[in-house]
Amino acid sequence: MRARVLVRPKAGILDPQGIAVERALPALGFEGVQNVHVGRLIELDVEDPGQLDDMCRKLLVNPLIEDYEVVDAG
Amino acid sequence: MSASPPDAGTLPGLEQALELGLTEDEYGLVCDKLGRAPNQVELAMFSLLWSEHCSYKHSRKLLRTLPTEGEHVVMGPGENAGAVDVGDGLAVAFKVESHNHPSAVEPFQGAATGVGGILRDIFAIGARPIAVLDSLRFGEPSSPRSRYLLERAVAGIGHYGNSVGVATVGGEVYHEGPYEQNCLVNAMALGLASQERMIRSAAAGVGNVVVLFGSSTGRDGIGGASVLASAELGIDEDKRPTVQVGDPFAGKKALECSLELLERGLLVSLQDLGAAGLTSSSAEMASKGEVGLDLDVAKVPLREADMEPFEIMVSESQERMLCVCEPAKVDEVLAVCAKWEVHGTAIGVVTDTGRLRVLRDGDVVGDVPVVALVDDCPLYDLEPAPPAEPLYAAPEATLAPEADARATLLALLASPNIASRLPLFQQYDWIVQSRTVRRPGDADAAVLRLPGGNAIAVAIDGSGRRVAADPYHGTIENVLECAANLACVGAEPLGLTNCLNFGNPEKPHIAWQLTESIRGLGDACRALGVPVVGGNVSLYNEGAEGPIYPTPVVGLVGGLPDAARAGALAFAREGDAVGIVGPFAPALPASELAKLRGEALPDGLAAPDVSAVRAVHEAVRDAVRAGTLSSAHDVAEGGVAVALAECALAGGLGARVSLPGGDAWTRLFGEAPGTGFVVSGPRAALEALGAELVGEVGGEALQIEAGEASLSATLQELREAHRALAASFP
Amino acid sequence: MRFGVVRFPGTCDDVDALEACARVGDAEILWHGDRDLKGVDAVVVPGGFSYGDYLRVGAIARFSPVMESVVGFARGGGPVLGICNGFQVLCEAGLLPGALLPNVGLRFICRQVGVVVERTDTAWTSACDPGQILSIPVKHTTGRYFVPDAGALEDAGQVVLRYQSHGNPNGSSNDIAGVCNEGRNVVGLMPHPEHAVDVLLGSADGLRLFESAARVGVPA
Repeated sequence: MRARVLVRPKAGILDPQGIAVERALPALGFEGVQNVHVGRLIELDVEDPGQLDDMCRKLLVNPLIEDYEVVDAG
Repeated sequence: MSASPPDAGTLPGLEQALELGLTEDEYGLVCDKLGRAPNQVELAMFSLLWSEHCSYKHSRKLLRTLPTEGEHVVMGPGENAGAVDVGDGLAVAFKVESHNHPSAVEPFQGAATGVGGILRDIFAIGARPIAVLDSLRFGEPSSPRSRYLLERAVAGIGHYGNSVGVATVGGEVYHEGPYEQNCLVNAMALGLASQERMIRSAAAGVGNVVVLFGSSTGRDGIGGASVLASAELGIDEDKRPTVQVGDPFAGKKALECSLELLERGLLVSLQDLGAAGLTSSSAEMASKGEVGLDLDVAKVPLREADMEPFEIMVSESQERMLCVCEPAKVDEVLAVCAKWEVHGTAIGVVTDTGRLRVLRDGDVVGDVPVVALVDDCPLYDLEPAPPAEPLYAAPEATLAPEADARATLLALLASPNIASRLPLFQQYDWIVQSRTVRRPGDADAAVLRLPGGNAIAVAIDGSGRRVAADPYHGTIENVLECAANLACVGAEPLGLTNCLNFGNPEKPHIAWQLTESIRGLGDACRALGVPVVGGNVSLYNEGAEGPIYPTPVVGLVGGLPDAARAGALAFAREGDAVGIVGPFAPALPASELAKLRGEALPDGLAAPDVSAVRAVHEAVRDAVRAGTLSSAHDVAEGGVAVALAECALAGGLGARVSLPGGDAWTRLFGEAPGTGFVVSGPRAALEALGAELVGEVGGEALQIEAGEASLSATLQELREAHRALAASFP
Repeated sequence: MRFGVVRFPGTCDDVDALEACARVGDAEILWHGDRDLKGVDAVVVPGGFSYGDYLRVGAIARFSPVMESVVGFARGGGPVLGICNGFQVLCEAGLLPGALLPNVGLRFICRQVGVVVERTDTAWTSACDPGQILSIPVKHTTGRYFVPDAGALEDAGQVVLRYQSHGNPNGSSNDIAGVCNEGRNVVGLMPHPEHAVDVLLGSADGLRLFESAARVGVPA
């Protein structure tokens, strides 16, 4: 399976990268953009999708400061 | 010599040669040298090695006129870096290099890989890199593009230097209109080596093994050297794929691996892969050793599948090194590479054929004589002629004509070329390796301590605008200013490196700038007794809007016997006398104030009395070494008034100064780079130095009595003006 | 007193740490691939960019063989100091609470800061005076200390060093510059004491941390 792990900063923790992007967009003419967060994408081919959560918790993600979502990329 | 090229297939012809940057005559010469037409691999190799960037074909004859000998020289020009003796069996290696065109296309990676490349030149001769300095030039900060380039270039330099653990200890940033289309990013690096562990790049020993290590090879920068650096730059998005991406982590591993290989005495020679990748490194190694090399591209670890042999030979993938070792040592070499996780692979052998042969799985796909590639590139004579009319527009005035002296001083302190660079330096690690005795802003030169208690000092300087006014005298001024910076910390210059950034040398007025500048560089070095130990030339820095200012950037390394006595520029004590020393004959034309007033460049500059200047440098240096002065600071942009303000701000102490005689505005703001110093300390010490006493340190303001141009400003007002750059770097 | 200084691929401040430790005892390098701690009395995990800061700062280094042994050593009460990247590695390894996030300013910042010593009852601050201000450089992009319940950490007395007011370079919670574990033998801090051991280079205040460990002596 081709898996996609989307890692984002945990809600409630200050995300200065997201803020910087949110501030930059209006300057380029894009209005009405809110709630921007900047995270990380990890893509991998796995034989056993059941191991993904474990992989995330052990290495790919720091659960103290990050949330994640696993997507089946087909 | 073979009658037909190996792996003939479809032969590229003149048209492709022209596309790759060779002239028709050069292509004809290649065919002569080979005795036949070159194939694709061979043509690619020639087009790169015969490009301006690799061959220096328009500047080499002039560069040969520079003085290169000196009692402290351990390694002169021609190797990866020059080196000078600093005592205790140690040498300091150093060099400056440009990465101008890549930085204009992608400033973060261009600047980062510029740092990466110069660092590799340093550890390629067996020196551990200990410091980086950078010289940056962009258009005026009113241009969003130039602000962007500055921000990204600084971020890129920090990204690379900080990650590999080399302190960035100095540098300069200038904004001038002529750099708007062609920015300059020059990176200088220093390294420390024990002289017996230093290594040269000549491949030697027939039968010895050639090992490649570092990052894997991909399609980065293919054709970068010849395409970008040898041609005028239009703003062309297509050039983006030819910019390399640096990986400082890989650079750090390659560095540690190289030093460990040398520490264990495992190598016969070492070379880094830079512009033109495997082609130039292997050709240079073979040329210096007067041997041949057989390389099998099928053995090169690749990042991308299906790379053609010519792509493998010209790839500019970063962080790769080439070394030669005896067959009996190969296993140990590969083991050290494995320890550092750098893909060490044997890819070839040293031969006695005098030819560079490229093989793929044993089949010859390219075969050229080394001498043809490296030594037979035609060298061109320039056809210099002074410009018939001014080349550069007068800058836009930014200072009201009725501004008084106080407003003028504040405007200068806030101006883009003078304002405090602290917001930039704070993005660099200036302390790693624990050698930094004088940090950016503490003194006119960085000072790094050595194990024996002595120290080295280093500074980098260049002026474009003044050199445009007078390429000969302006270049002399650059050298004097750099030497003055060293004198302020108590250092004696040991060796000089230079990066000559100019426009298109095929145009007579640019050829004139280059010729006059190199003449001035040579004369200044001879007069100061400082040898040139290496350097770099970057030509074709011009576009539709015209050429850059001629910009010879100079880097000096000096020695001082006692790190604890390194000089500083801050006023230190209430009641200290303040003095000006030197054959200092300030003038307003071509000064920073003239620029703020929107004045056109003068035609020519006054000639400095170099031997008198040299004597003053020595006197200041000796006084600093003796510890008799509280501070020493050379007078540069903005003249005496700005120098006094900088000393006051650094020390948090004001001064009351009187500058009688002559034209008040010239005395306050006139410039004569490298010839005048502001010093402070006990009155007797200043008198012994021959300084003109002008006042006293004390109070919370800078008060200068200068007739109609008298001024007074509080430290707080000076500080607010001086902090102008902080607004752009919150 | 023997110090072991860990070296990962990408570590930059190991030699500086080695030299700082050598001022108060003996010091040697502990290679990341080697589980043997060579019987050292204290371990320093120094600053730098281990594994290029790939994935997350400290995320890969914390799985190296040497770190397995360091975790065991710490759990047994051995003194461990994590400096900057070392602090990041110790948090990832679970030896210290919290995590380090990108600086609020999103830029690398290198400057001298004043840090207040909040606790002197740790293995690495016992030679300091309570409330003492140490002048030490910081240099990092990812130094914003975060812990879900900062109040609980304060109450537990695990905040060891704090940036002086208005001197916080990265936006860390409660201006926290350094913390310790419950056992008070493991300390992590973002500032670099190994760059503050010689007045010639700006400050010798950092030496106190190494002197503290040397005082603790050889564990039973």
